[in-house]
Amino acid sequence: MPPRFTPERVRYDRRYRTLDKYRFIVGFLAVPLAFYALFVISPFLQAIYYSFTDWSGGPVANFIGFDNYRKMWNDDRFWDSLRVSTLLLVVAPVVTLVLGMFFAYMITSGGRHRRGRAIAGVAGSSLYKVVYFFPQVLSVAIIAVVWGRVFNTNSGLINGGLDKIGINGPAWLGGDETLGLISLLIVISWSFVGFYVVLFSAAMGSVPQDIYEAALLDGAGRARTFFSVTLPLIWDAVRTGWIYMGIQALDTFAICLVMVPPHVLKVTPVFLYERFRDGQYGYATSIGVVLLVLSMAFSLIVMRVGNRDRIEY
Amino acid sequence: MTTTSTTAPRPSTSAAPRREKETGGALNVFSHAFLVLWVILAAGPLIWVALTAFRPSAEILSDPMGWPSSFHWENFSNAWNKANIGQYTLNSLIILAGSLTGTMLLGSMAAYVIARFTFPGNRVIFMLFAGGMMFPVILALVPLFAVMENFGLLDTRPGLMIAYIAYSLPFTTFFLTSFFRTLPTGVQEAAMVDGASHTRTFFQIMLPMAKPGLVSIGIFNFLGQWNQYLLPLLLNNEDEKSYVLPQGLASLAVSQGYRGDWGALFAGLTIAMVPVLVVYAVFQRQVQAGLTAGAIK
Repeated sequence: MPPRFTPERVRYDRRYRTLDKYRFIVGFLAVPLAFYALFVISPFLQAIYYSFTDWSGGPVANFIGFDNYRKMWNDDRFWDSLRVSTLLLVVAPVVTLVLGMFFAYMITSGGRHRRGRAIAGVAGSSLYKVVYFFPQVLSVAIIAVVWGRVFNTNSGLINGGLDKIGINGPAWLGGDETLGLISLLIVISWSFVGFYVVLFSAAMGSVPQDIYEAALLDGAGRARTFFSVTLPLIWDAVRTGWIYMGIQALDTFAICLVMVPPHVLKVTPVFLYERFRDGQYGYATSIGVVLLVLSMAFSLIVMRVGNRDRIEY
Repeated sequence: MTTTSTTAPRPSTSAAPRREKETGGALNVFSHAFLVLWVILAAGPLIWVALTAFRPSAEILSDPMGWPSSFHWENFSNAWNKANIGQYTLNSLIILAGSLTGTMLLGSMAAYVIARFTFPGNRVIFMLFAGGMMFPVILALVPLFAVMENFGLLDTRPGLMIAYIAYSLPFTTFFLTSFFRTLPTGVQEAAMVDGASHTRTFFQIMLPMAKPGLVSIGIFNFLGQWNQYLLPLLLNNEDEKSYVLPQGLASLAVSQGYRGDWGALFAGLTIAMVPVLVVYAVFQRQVQAGLTAGAIK
């Protein structure tokens, strides 16, 4: 019985209190756990099972072993999509992180002897940080629509600007795979740079000032200070960001689906989604499993490659 | 690894800053220019969309870079009424009202129990939630579709709310668990001694104390759920009238290609972007802290 209906003497009994505690725990955990188990955990587990079946959405799913994976192996469209996704996985983190780090460094340490400190942000740094973050708060679908218009061949912002100076701009998303890929890369980097500026700024902000003062006294210039002081000290954040950005690039779905016409190029998640729309449920889930394995492999590799001695300060 | 030679500062301190200025000059200008350039790049497309929203469709097509010659407010009413942006906004608001409340309530309940009580399975449940943050949602999509269909939740508002809640729970619970752990135990014990039940202690004592944590994760979930595209695309794709805002705009971008009312599309995008950007500008510190904490678990 709940405490308020329980007689006084029973209420303070140890066994009753234990019972009451467990009733509370179960009561509070039941609904969240049920939701989580039903709609998150169980689909994940089912996905792995269904990747070995010929499930097409109906009640029957026959176990077919590795047939889906074999089909994938022989599917040129899958390899095309994987090539695009892998390129993004490799290039997007490099571009985004380098830009993010450069801006973060300028914002936190670009100004020298400002405000009486050895190293401080450049003027207006807080404004930069706010504006750079804009894309992060918008929906990916909206970003994709906006950039779809920006890249539009005839009535887009870029080609409209190029027209004004007499250049006939290319059809960015119109049919050339390389240009499509570059456009995709631009949008991904554009939308994530602000995030890494904030992340790296926070990491750089926690580096003690006296280290910078010492470096400055030793005559280290900006570049030298960055590579010898800042970068080693924020390495953990860089590695985490690298993994996170790689997985984001691999997961790119909405931007590609909404922005790039399907005949130009598609990333693997879009290829998966199309198979799902065709009713090839089993095949689609096996593509998902490959994506999962890829992102785990990527994380492990970056952990390995990026493993350096931690520097305590 | 030696990072700096902090030990012996050289006596020639006066030379160093001067040299700094000389080498810094050109680099300085370049770096600052680049910072400013990125401001233009980051905000440019958004400002372009907002300006173009006031121009008639024909002008947009003939001169995409031009300024609005006169302000065409009817683009906004067209977007709101004819292109269903009003309906989409309403749908988003309804879904969010349910999903955000549910996420915060269920997430904080689970987190509180995990953080403050010892019971068998405590660690396992915590790991279960923490593990859910690492899997790509796209993998679960197809079976999730079937699960929703079996429960009769496909293409329904409660179904979408439940999906939002379920996929927000891992991070919400993880974040709030560590937050509840930091709260002092004394207050909780005092409440128990005074005869408050566990439930009452939670709602009247612990929840108000956890307010800063609830606000950060609340903003995080607000933006995440408001911007959601993948889940509605999968689970709420039957009736165009039930689309949420990002979904509606994506389909509008396709359909305006046929109808030719680009002004309405740009107005719709503006309607969708401006409120989020205003909320962000007001709470930018919390948003940045929340989102970066959200990504780096």
